[in-house]
Amino acid sequence: MPFLIGENMIGGYGGQNILNGCTISVDKGEIAVVVGPNGAGKSTAMKAMFGMLNLSKGTVSINGENMEKLKPQQRVLKGMGFVPQNNNVFTSMTVEENLEMGAFIRHDHIQENIQQVYELFSVLKEKRFQPAGELSGGQRQQVAVGRALMTKPEVLMLDEPTAGVSPMVMDELFDKIIEIAETGVAILMVEQNARQALSIANKGFVMVQGENKYTDSGQKLLANEEVRKAFLGG
Amino acid sequence: MNLKFRKISLFLLMTAMLLIVGFLQSWNVALLILNMCIISAIMALGVNLQWGFAGLFNAGIMGFIIVGGLATVIISMPPVQETWSIGGMGIIWGLILTIFTIVLSTLIWRKTKNLSRFRYLPTAIIILIGYLGVRFIAGPAIDAIEGFEAAKTGYLGGFGLPILISWGVGGLLAASIAWVIGKITLDLKSDYLAIATLGISAIILYIAKNEDWLARGVKNVNSIPRPVPYEINLQNELWFQELSTSLNMPLREFSSIFVKLCYCGLFLTVLIAFLWLSQKALFSPWGRMMRAIRDNETSARAMGKNVSKRHLQVFVLGSAMIGVAGAMMTTLDGQFTPNSYTPLRFTFVIYVMVIVGGSGNNLGAILGGFLIWFFWVESEPIGLWLIDNTTSILGEESLIRAHLMESVAHMRYMTMGLILLLVLRFAPKGLIPEEKL
Amino acid sequence: MIDFLNALTLLANYIIVPGLAYGSQLALGALGVTMVYAVLRFSNFAHGELMSFGAMCTILCTWALQSFGISLTILPTALLAIPAAALITVLYCIIINYFVYEHYREKKIDTNTYFIVSIGVLFFTAGLIRLVIGPKDQNFSDGVRFILKARDFKAMTGLNEGLAIKTTQGMTVVVTLILVAFVFWFLNRTRTGKSMRAYSDNEDLALLSGINPKKVILITWIITGILATVAGALYGLDKIYKPFTFMYLVLPVFASAILGGVGNPVGAVVGGYIIAFSELIFTFAYKKFLFYILPESFSPDGLVQLLSTDYKIAVSFLILVIVLLIKPTGIFSGKTI
Repeated sequence: MPFLIGENMIGGYGGQNILNGCTISVDKGEIAVVVGPNGAGKSTAMKAMFGMLNLSKGTVSINGENMEKLKPQQRVLKGMGFVPQNNNVFTSMTVEENLEMGAFIRHDHIQENIQQVYELFSVLKEKRFQPAGELSGGQRQQVAVGRALMTKPEVLMLDEPTAGVSPMVMDELFDKIIEIAETGVAILMVEQNARQALSIANKGFVMVQGENKYTDSGQKLLANEEVRKAFLGG
Repeated sequence: MNLKFRKISLFLLMTAMLLIVGFLQSWNVALLILNMCIISAIMALGVNLQWGFAGLFNAGIMGFIIVGGLATVIISMPPVQETWSIGGMGIIWGLILTIFTIVLSTLIWRKTKNLSRFRYLPTAIIILIGYLGVRFIAGPAIDAIEGFEAAKTGYLGGFGLPILISWGVGGLLAASIAWVIGKITLDLKSDYLAIATLGISAIILYIAKNEDWLARGVKNVNSIPRPVPYEINLQNELWFQELSTSLNMPLREFSSIFVKLCYCGLFLTVLIAFLWLSQKALFSPWGRMMRAIRDNETSARAMGKNVSKRHLQVFVLGSAMIGVAGAMMTTLDGQFTPNSYTPLRFTFVIYVMVIVGGSGNNLGAILGGFLIWFFWVESEPIGLWLIDNTTSILGEESLIRAHLMESVAHMRYMTMGLILLLVLRFAPKGLIPEEKL
Repeated sequence: MIDFLNALTLLANYIIVPGLAYGSQLALGALGVTMVYAVLRFSNFAHGELMSFGAMCTILCTWALQSFGISLTILPTALLAIPAAALITVLYCIIINYFVYEHYREKKIDTNTYFIVSIGVLFFTAGLIRLVIGPKDQNFSDGVRFILKARDFKAMTGLNEGLAIKTTQGMTVVVTLILVAFVFWFLNRTRTGKSMRAYSDNEDLALLSGINPKKVILITWIITGILATVAGALYGLDKIYKPFTFMYLVLPVFASAILGGVGNPVGAVVGGYIIAFSELIFTFAYKKFLFYILPESFSPDGLVQLLSTDYKIAVSFLILVIVLLIKPTGIFSGKTI
């Protein structure tokens, strides 16, 4: 059984189902990427797994433990980290304060974690006393990821981390994400830039209308003729 | 159907309460309350335009009411010839210079757009020079006017015109002040409109209190002319005496009731006219657009509606109504007493009226005006009666009882606060809810 | 040279000393308004009455202390009473929040409705105050009236002009410095303070980070209650406690907050002092001042006063309008703490 799994998830907003029984899973040290057309329910699926959306059917479990009744904050304590797509930093607070707030739930060894985040994102160390709102888009994303890493999550969920950043920054961010995965963290990512994301993914999920359309390794999906035609623009 | 029944029964209930006062206390008191009820209802109608239709929070209602009161003094009081001859010219030149300064500074402001940030400087200099000039020209005149028989006049008096004109003038004055405030604040966040209106109302109050040359300040203006006959004159009229005997009522009491009925007729005319206008406005495309803007400003803007212009219109209209009501109130009182104006009584109670009656519904606002004014007046006797009965166990000498009896007048503030909070929480739509279109 | 010193003393006596005291009171008031705005996101019109409530509690506690024969000899007894009064005011805030504001926060009601709600609270509080202490003025300052008497100053320096510093003025400035320093330390250095700033900055992300909104709001009201009590008590000590004045005090307090940038605590404090000094500078009669610094033949006849003191309130309004026209976000472009 995979480390994190959302199985046969059905649910949506206001009585209308967006998720129609999709299954998404990721193992430790693995990068899983969810791709698909707009409105396929990619972000919704991730939010459901983090507990920001109530499922009418299906289960979410970490390490075999059912998460159904837990709020997002409690899921953070169970080892989940989440980076929202928008407004994912405290703009008026310094980089270091952002990291501190990331670790708000925990009371131990914050300094140690901060140093680890600085080792990963060296540019943040330079800008540690600058308000996060003054940073560039890519640096902000680093702050956002760093904030989520502060709880030492076992699984890190990223909602379109490369939305709105330049290709160069995107490559750099993906490199960092690979680095994070290599430390044994499970990474689940929703991405618009499907081709680049799948190229670093161990596992890829192609979602259409709230259901799994294709599930395979990233390389195989990239090689799949139908997937390429329908979702990767040839 | 249900709503119609509700409306009718609530207004019947209101009538019944007034009748009870008439039977239990006296018809004079009942009519006095009724007249103020009508005025309150007009104020509530104006606020309903702003708050109920458009969601604009005007925290300066008191200011517009005072402006109406000032208008009655300026229009209807006889001019004081002596002060006019001492200081009239100074005041007129001062006014001309003020207008000139305003026009010039707006012109400069508009013409210097290319200077960007530096255009504040020339505008500020013009305003400062203008202000000092006005002080220099009008200052001595004001001193002279205020010094002239300060105990009796000490002001310019008015134009000696029929007082009914002042109702319109009060409305116009209030409208122009609202226009300026609206221009500055309506495009900003609603917090700013609230605080700016609160500020302007405080300034208007201080002008009314301190500019003795205008309306005698805290020395008050008394015996403002009436639009209706005086009791004493009525009592001397033959036809009135006959009417009184045929109705089997004491002459003095009947004359006083008759005068109040005359006021009542005038006020009702205005109320009905304003109600008709407000209803027309509410159910016109203009009113529909206004509510659409209130409910979703962003999408209204996206649809190309000129939100600022609509807001300005409704803000000015509502303030004009409040100004008219202010003039009517001073007319009814027969005196202008700046010290009696407080924001609690003249701004925030009106909101209680609108919210309790039902914001967004004109009839609701009127009902709220009637109901809240009724309780505002009657809460004191009712409160006294309640305290008297509930604390009688404590004995006549009890300190708590004495303190409560003494402070019963302040109880009404707390009651108003409680009513407002309870209605907001449990019946946010008010007694007569807004009707869907 | 002597004339110049005289002129300076005159300014110090009529503008600098009272300005510092009044500015401190406004700063504390504006800080309270800004805290509520930053965390609860509404302009609290009842803040003036809250200050009045705090001042009233201080007066009652002072009377209680005095009836036990406790006094601070030199300093006003009210200083001892403030902590107890603050406690009562904080309790009042928490009760009001629980019964009134919490409901609307949970329903995520719009700003406009919040105005009306805060007016309900304003009405209730105003009524409560008048019910408890009555509408009359109360003077509750005791102890030594002056730190520095005008006569002593003249004797000391040999100048014509005196410089007087009231005990209440000195106390106001000192207490404000301590309190403001504490609030800034709390917001910038403590975990809880930072979590408040985080909540104010980005509510959703704060929730995601496990910050408990109820706790943040509770602490906001605690700080607001303390600030309001101290501001109200100092204002009442320095002038005289008049229940009616606090309604209008809201205006300079809001002007200070807006001038500094609503939601920005540094801005609120700076704004408070700017508003206070502008009020005094605009309404000071410069006749004597000019008499000292100008040659005799130039000395003016009139009072040389820009605006009559009756129109103090107009100054804060004027500044407010100018800020709204030029930079509605205020000097420090506020929004969050």
